[in-house]
Amino acid sequence: MNDTLANLKRGESAIITDVSSELIPLKLLEMGCLPGNHVELVQVAPFADPMYLNINGSHLAIRKETAIHILIERVHE
Amino acid sequence: MSKQINVALIGNPNTGKTSVFNALTGLNQKVGNYPGITVEKKEGICRLPRGVKAHIIDLPGTYSLNASSLDENVVIELLLNKNDKDFPDIAAVVSDVENLKRNLLLFTQIKDLQIPCLLVINMADRMRRRGITLDIEYLEKQLETKIVLVSTRKQEGITELKQQITNYKELSTKPCLNASEIDPDYFNRLRKAFPNQLIYKLWLVITQDVNFGKTNRNEFDGVANFKTKSKGDLKRLQQKETIKRYQFINDVLKKGQTIDRSQAKDLRTQFDRILTHKVWGYLIFFLILLTIFQAIYDWSSIPMDFIDSTFASLSEWIKNIFPEGPFTSLLAEGIIPGLGGIVIFIPQIAFLFLFIAVLEESGYMSRVVFLMDRVMRRFGLSGKSIVPLISGTACAIPAIMATRNIENWKERLITILVTPFTTCSARLPVYLIIIALVIPEGRFLGLSYQALTLMLLYLIGFGAAIASAYLLNKILKIKSKTFFVVEMPNYKLPLFKNVALTVLEKTKSFIFGAGKIILAISIVLWILASYGPGKQFKNAEKIVKTEYASEHLTEDEFQQKLASYKLEHSFIGITGRAIEPAIRPLGYDWKIGIAIVSSFAAREVFVGTLATIYSVGSDQEETIKNRMAGEVNPILGGPLFNFASGISLLLFYAFAMQCMSTLAIVKRETNSWKWPMLQLVIMTALAYIVALIAYQFLK
Ligand SMILES: Nc1nc2c(ncn2[C@@H]2O[C@H](COP(=O)(O)OP(=O)(O)O)[C@@H](O)[C@H]2O)c(=O)[nH]1
Ligand SMILES: [Mg+2]
Repeated sequence: MNDTLANLKRGESAIITDVSSELIPLKLLEMGCLPGNHVELVQVAPFADPMYLNINGSHLAIRKETAIHILIERVHE
Repeated sequence: MSKQINVALIGNPNTGKTSVFNALTGLNQKVGNYPGITVEKKEGICRLPRGVKAHIIDLPGTYSLNASSLDENVVIELLLNKNDKDFPDIAAVVSDVENLKRNLLLFTQIKDLQIPCLLVINMADRMRRRGITLDIEYLEKQLETKIVLVSTRKQEGITELKQQITNYKELSTKPCLNASEIDPDYFNRLRKAFPNQLIYKLWLVITQDVNFGKTNRNEFDGVANFKTKSKGDLKRLQQKETIKRYQFINDVLKKGQTIDRSQAKDLRTQFDRILTHKVWGYLIFFLILLTIFQAIYDWSSIPMDFIDSTFASLSEWIKNIFPEGPFTSLLAEGIIPGLGGIVIFIPQIAFLFLFIAVLEESGYMSRVVFLMDRVMRRFGLSGKSIVPLISGTACAIPAIMATRNIENWKERLITILVTPFTTCSARLPVYLIIIALVIPEGRFLGLSYQALTLMLLYLIGFGAAIASAYLLNKILKIKSKTFFVVEMPNYKLPLFKNVALTVLEKTKSFIFGAGKIILAISIVLWILASYGPGKQFKNAEKIVKTEYASEHLTEDEFQQKLASYKLEHSFIGITGRAIEPAIRPLGYDWKIGIAIVSSFAAREVFVGTLATIYSVGSDQEETIKNRMAGEVNPILGGPLFNFASGISLLLFYAFAMQCMSTLAIVKRETNSWKWPMLQLVIMTALAYIVALIAYQFLK
């Protein structure tokens, strides 16, 4: 099943597996949103949007509409 | 004298470039604009060992050399243009020790341009807390550079940084990466066509929309022929480049950096749990705003009273010291009260800039962006619009410039259009004086009525911005890609030096900017108010004498009557009464009318204008406030500034578009006169209608 970043719950972690290259701006990749990197959902605003992420030590917030284009695989701790 | 060394400070946003810049230059700095665009340019001079001088530029923050905004373009244009007078002899890449990996992406790109490069790792004071250790020697070797560990907070490493800048000639210019690996075929063809050019430089010219000066163009003639790849292909290659760079960086850091997470102590998580909380987050934000307004009121009232009375006695003193004549009265009745009308607001404006600087520096502003994005989107704005809307409370001009990092054009345009509704510091003078006149003192739950009124006015401004955004969002038919990303920096105690320099710089430019206009306007006004056409003005004394012949006026009373008669028949009085019918329904007299008209260039002129008109019309020296309180409504009697006319004026100023500079900036940022003209017409009409309704209801 294709799990996306948008499904992550607060406090959960995952590994980014694929980033839809047409739909995701270069800037986000440059900020560390690349396949293989570890991502944690730090906090969500009301209605789970935007999402406050920690991607490999980079802290940033993106909207849900962007998050659905980032595929992930959960890590079980 | 030897040539100055050009040093460019480059780095991601929030890595401490400005802090390093301030540490190097201190007060030897100036803030201007890059020619033709409104990006702020900060440059300064730093003295190095052995009498060498360095010219330092604090460049806008950028994540990479792939520009996505005007601010970022500035960095690339400078780095690609060898003929620019600011072209750096040395690029000091400022990075944050906690985020080295991401910071190094930009570093490797600059390295590939073969500019002598120094890696400044800032915030070294945080290393222990975060459990970070670096193998500097190893990193220097792998990255082909010199590294300076700096903490601007603790003032450590600055001397060593200066030393390294002095020795810039010893820095290696070897690239970190082989750019050709991105696409060997394509890059080989490029190399054949331009054997004398740096391959990575060509690549940037191909992928970026860079605007070179004329001088540099020929160098890259023919590059256009290589734009054979489609946009999508180029983007894929850029992604490949990014991944390659990160691979290199990961390899280097694997050995060069160790992070012991068990050592890491972090307050971020605790703070964020509360400050970005679904309920507490909003509540705290509201309380912070409330505190700011109360503080602006409480802290500045003493210095303001002091300034007001100082200016009044200054006029008095000049009248006594200098011989009577037109020059003395121009000084005492025109220029000094006019300037006093702006100087008096220095305390309040400085406090406002102080609070905004602290909100930005501490990292809190990003949390507000995060909290507000969803709400703002409903009104066609972005969470990032909150920054212009809040900093618009200082001044709309930098606020409109701050819309640049809103990625979506429609959201950005709407933000630009509605920002002038927020209560800028130029409205403050008008609000404060009128509130002081018509709102009673006294407190409610520890908050003064006057502060609450001010807060309400700020909310009205904000509400007007939001409501018109909502309408514009429905009306404007613009399609543009949405995309939103905001960095959430660490919480930091603001550096005193940074905040102090920002407040000083901003207040200074506000006062001098406004001061120039006010000086000019008060001179013109004084002339218009002191001279008049025809017999009525010339024979003023005779006419007044005959009119009051039956009453036995004392000399003082006679002078008073004479002065106000003269004012009424001066040029300004005649003009004022010509426009009076238009503003009478709002509860104003012709003097207020003149003040409104003259403040169409800039709102803050209002108080100065009234001060000038009133001092020409009377011969005692008084504070501005007392004079306004003493004005009588010519028709209804009673004080002219009463509750009804006061509220009407407050509302007029809340909505009216009275700032030439803002209109000019909007024209520049939207590249069309259509939008600023729309703002002018709609806002002024709205102001008139609202003020009219308010006065008719309240009178
Ligand atoms: N702990 C720590 N914080 C710093 C240091 N230098 C700067 N800061 C903080 O980092 C934040 C960003 O600094 P600034 O100079 O505005 O960064 P710029 O965006 O790169 O110009 C501010 O809150 C500074 O107070 C440092 O050496 N140590
Ligand atoms: Mg800065």
